[in-house]
Amino acid sequence: MREIQASEIREAVVRLILEASCRIGPDIEAAIRRGIDEETSPAGSEVLRQIAESYAIARQERIAICQDTGMAVFFVEIGQDVHINGGFEDAVNEGVRIAYRDGYLRKSVVNDPMFDRVNTGDNTPAVIHARLVPGDRIRILVTPKGFGSENMSRIRMFPPAAGVEGMKKFVVETVAEAGPNPCPPVIVGVGVGGTFEQAAIMAKRMTARGVGSHNDDPRYAALEDELLGEINRLGIGPAGIGGATTALAVNIGFCPTHIAGMPVAVNICCHCARHAEATL
Amino acid sequence: MNAKRIKLPLTRERARVLKAGDAVLLTGVVYTARDAAHKRLIRLLDEGKPLPIDVEDQVIYYVGPAPASPGHAVGPAGPTTSYRMDPYTPRLIELGLRGMIGKGLRSQAVIDAMKAHGAVYFGAVGGAAALIARSIRKSEVVCYEDLGSEAIHRFEIEDFPALVLIDSEGGNLYETGPAAFREQAEEQTRKREKG
Repeated sequence: MREIQASEIREAVVRLILEASCRIGPDIEAAIRRGIDEETSPAGSEVLRQIAESYAIARQERIAICQDTGMAVFFVEIGQDVHINGGFEDAVNEGVRIAYRDGYLRKSVVNDPMFDRVNTGDNTPAVIHARLVPGDRIRILVTPKGFGSENMSRIRMFPPAAGVEGMKKFVVETVAEAGPNPCPPVIVGVGVGGTFEQAAIMAKRMTARGVGSHNDDPRYAALEDELLGEINRLGIGPAGIGGATTALAVNIGFCPTHIAGMPVAVNICCHCARHAEATL
Repeated sequence: MNAKRIKLPLTRERARVLKAGDAVLLTGVVYTARDAAHKRLIRLLDEGKPLPIDVEDQVIYYVGPAPASPGHAVGPAGPTTSYRMDPYTPRLIELGLRGMIGKGLRSQAVIDAMKAHGAVYFGAVGGAAALIARSIRKSEVVCYEDLGSEAIHRFEIEDFPALVLIDSEGGNLYETGPAAFREQAEEQTRKREKG
């Protein structure tokens, strides 16, 4: 049994949030820079140029890439041979509290969705998806998620007969109807299968899989490319003002589902698809 | 791109010449407001009370800035999605609000009010918050301090980069921009098929 202190988890959380919030991933930055040259719309190209410049400023000045520093979403894999000394969730929330305070990140969480809507003041509570896995390590992935794009996300419980065509139509329609709202160019995370909540969690996980990555299953990988092409033919373009760069990636995850169903969740993420991970 | 330099406040005359698709650099004062502040403003109007800011010929920027770190007048401050303010916006436009800066689609009711009263909807680039913050020289809270980032701030901006998304005649870059791209793409396909 390996011992890990709660304080180590807290410190890793602080470091990861600050890194994710202020430094855009090289995969996204490269895709944006490619877009500047390849974009057929001059106005769209100018939007991408401003985005790239903003990334560089955020990195140099160690300030947030986007003012919406999101809800702090965690995917954590806890090795079953690890013993944590101290409270795990407390450590994560304490890390969130410290990072959002010291990093000058916006606190965007309200205590109650419908009645009070009072800001919790420290961006807690974190959203934690934890799994027990073999081994004696803890893997922490943080993906702060802004709500401009979260609000444009959707889930639909399809019957199996809807098939690949039904799924494709739903994904493209979701991006088309979101239009300029989620800060295109976007990353489209898709979760197919599982149950209602599993599909949604998979879709969120897929927004942090990286630009240029593909599903291991060649059928799903081909579908990712096909959907990316179709979405970029919509013409929404950077900031929604027209152009060829509407999405940087379509990342699909899938898992077994019920004989009667085919859930499809589409989690849209803005171009600032922030994520960072560490293994303790 | 050649951007037009525009001085704020935005009079009806200055607003009228702006056309959807124009790149502009805005200089002057803007007020910030998001969902929670809008809700309070409209409640005041419902109660027949005066607003804490005079909106006539003014521009509201839909933004909740991040806290300013040392050496900065304001933290990263890009636009938030505008449709959430749509239920409140026509009432403010009727009172003379001349411009809004945000991102994303607007309702037909907002566009109709803009046309009736000569208002303009500007867009800033979502997610370019660190760059945009450089054009905000000064920030102070006007009211609703308890809302934190969502308080109404008075920003002094200089050469703030924006685009006219919807003009005072209803011209809409969100319609014409993507349509022009699709036409161009179809044209190319036709040429390829002929060739």
